[in-house]
Amino acid sequence: MREALLRIIALTRKELLAVLKDPRSRMSLLIPPIIQCLVFGYAATYDLTDVPYVVIDQDRSQASRELLSGLDGSGVFHRIANLERIDQLKACIDQRRAIVAVQIGQDFQRKLEAGQQVGIQVISDGRNSNTAATASGYINTIVATFNATWRTQHGASAPAPEVISRAWFNPNLESRWVMIPSLIGTLTMMQTLMLTAMSIAREREQGTFDQLLVTPFRPAEIMVGKALPCMLIGGIQATLVLMVAQLWFAIPFAGSFITLYVGIILFLLSSVGIGLFISSLTATMQQAMLYSFMVMMPFMLLSGLTTSISSMPESLQYATLVNPLRFAIEITQRVYLEGAGISQLIGDLWPMAIIAAVTLTAASWMFRRRLQ
Amino acid sequence: MTPAQGRPASWLPAKARRIRALVRKEFHQMVRDPSTIAMGIILPVILILLFGYGLSLDVKDVKVAVVVENPSPMLSERTSGYRLSPYFNARFMDSLWQAEDLMRRREVDGIVHFASDADRRESGGDTRTHLVVNGTDANRARIILGYDLGVLAMPEQRQASKALPGPGVGQVVVQDRLWFNEANDSHYFLVPGLIVLVMTLIGAFLTSMVMAREWERGTLEALFVTPVRTDEILLGKTIPYFAQGMIGLLLCLLAGKWMFHVPILGSVAVLAVTSMLYLLVALAIGLLISSMTKNQFVASQITLLATFLPAMMLSGFLFDLRSIPAFIRLLTYLLPAKYYVALLQTLFLAGDVWAVIVPNTLVLAVMAIVLLALARLVTRKRLS
Repeated sequence: MREALLRIIALTRKELLAVLKDPRSRMSLLIPPIIQCLVFGYAATYDLTDVPYVVIDQDRSQASRELLSGLDGSGVFHRIANLERIDQLKACIDQRRAIVAVQIGQDFQRKLEAGQQVGIQVISDGRNSNTAATASGYINTIVATFNATWRTQHGASAPAPEVISRAWFNPNLESRWVMIPSLIGTLTMMQTLMLTAMSIAREREQGTFDQLLVTPFRPAEIMVGKALPCMLIGGIQATLVLMVAQLWFAIPFAGSFITLYVGIILFLLSSVGIGLFISSLTATMQQAMLYSFMVMMPFMLLSGLTTSISSMPESLQYATLVNPLRFAIEITQRVYLEGAGISQLIGDLWPMAIIAAVTLTAASWMFRRRLQ
Repeated sequence: MTPAQGRPASWLPAKARRIRALVRKEFHQMVRDPSTIAMGIILPVILILLFGYGLSLDVKDVKVAVVVENPSPMLSERTSGYRLSPYFNARFMDSLWQAEDLMRRREVDGIVHFASDADRRESGGDTRTHLVVNGTDANRARIILGYDLGVLAMPEQRQASKALPGPGVGQVVVQDRLWFNEANDSHYFLVPGLIVLVMTLIGAFLTSMVMAREWERGTLEALFVTPVRTDEILLGKTIPYFAQGMIGLLLCLLAGKWMFHVPILGSVAVLAVTSMLYLLVALAIGLLISSMTKNQFVASQITLLATFLPAMMLSGFLFDLRSIPAFIRLLTYLLPAKYYVALLQTLFLAGDVWAVIVPNTLVLAVMAIVLLALARLVTRKRLS
């Protein structure tokens, strides 16, 4: 037993040296998670902070100016032109100079004062329909505020229903608070998976795997010795991302680090299991890399990182159950923002344990079969 | 130019024949190792299916807990919208404690709360409703809040439509129009993004992997001692992957047209030309990275970092670039994917808007020329 342990430690050391000795490969493991976390932390947000818009105001009245000043004062919309004709408006949208165009008809104020409903046209650039929908949502809120003010100023019988909303765990509903904790799993998985898949493929391609087999190592020890260093590196990467989240973006951490790391360790174990399984199927580094990337892509898209899982069709929601990243993202978000404890996370932890157990067993079975 | 060993005499000049031989060798290699074919054909198909059927930014079937502590006819009218709305899947209960517990267990996405005095307050004209949403999915929470507002205002709307037209209080109604995508079909904006990802993967990732392997194994150096010249090697390497990229594009276009019914309003010729330009840029980046690193692992990581992830996150395909802080927005100007996304979105959905096409195509063309020249330079230099 003690000898086995020593052998594993020796192999782990050798693996770590092989990866970290080369300064370029060292850099390519430590720098990317930090840069990605910073860049995506700033960029990956569905919130809009700057929406250029144009106006055709055919009324030019007190009321229409008031409505538009609501837009201008929102801090989000900025008016780039007052237009006269619809073809000018079309050009502005076509050429992407404006995302939104607001068109106010001639008798806007007259109709309002007569107590009628009056429509304004809000045209948005649907080439990115998500941005367009968000922008028009903002406009709807601003118009609702305008309506409420108008009602109180003109003696309404009953006020419009209002909503007092409170958001748990993320009071200002900031996308960044959601995105950055999710990156802990996403960024780590990319490289852990590839690193694991590569490590055995490299030995195979260079012919050193056979040498490893004639040493006193048992197949299981080789597997552990290959898995452990990758998990260590993954753990370091996860910690780096966590540090960027806390020190740079200052997103408050609600849970316990122990719970988070329990989740991360299980997640790394399942990623490494998938990586080892891929490498047991491949003969060259190129294959290992391409196949792990082909697995990684669907994992990323079906993880809830960019689009939420509950919006997916039901059959695909079931498909996400074999995706360790899905559980990792849920765990990091819940521990980080909600402060969830282990008992609340059992539902996310055991699937990862099963994924790890299945892939690791399958991989070791494949290796043993290849040996014979 | 002698017809050697009984082979038919070729009318091609020596240069072209050498390139042809290299291309043929590369094709043989592709066929022998299924992984590159898998990357070039199967991955695009997987992506098409996932993008087409899997990803959606629409929020529907929102689970809410509606807490009415003290039921009354007025409140039941107020909350009736939750029973009727197709967007909500509401559970009615009378205890806030129970609802909060459900929310903590993530069984509901939000709580609508009418306290025990809600009926009395509402009769007094106070129609404020308390809502709680789960902020761990901020985007979803925002959309849910918007839906709630619509549902809660339903009684007033019903009244307004019943009331006689006469002196009431005016109200502004927003008439939304989504140009280029009137039906708000999310495929319309996913398909251009899909094409960018596929082209980036095949162009940059695959090429850099294949080249880095040749460097790592030293087979490229072996090629250099033959009469083959640097630019011929580069051409021989790029032509097969260029072909794969075009196949990937074709797959995406066919799927976009026949599976997702996304229109192509612009001219297909312009689409083809700009796609070729982008593919050249991606290939050049792949060549450049592999020549500079000469190591498969490092090359793959740098290619991912420099091309694929930015194409997904920073190209304007998912997230709006104008809302990104200025210093990161400056970075996006260096990204070829940004220009290609602008071109694709316009060519697909808006038509031939030359004010968008000309500048973006020019930038891509300049990038292609500069990067290809750079790739050639670096490959030659690395030899000595």
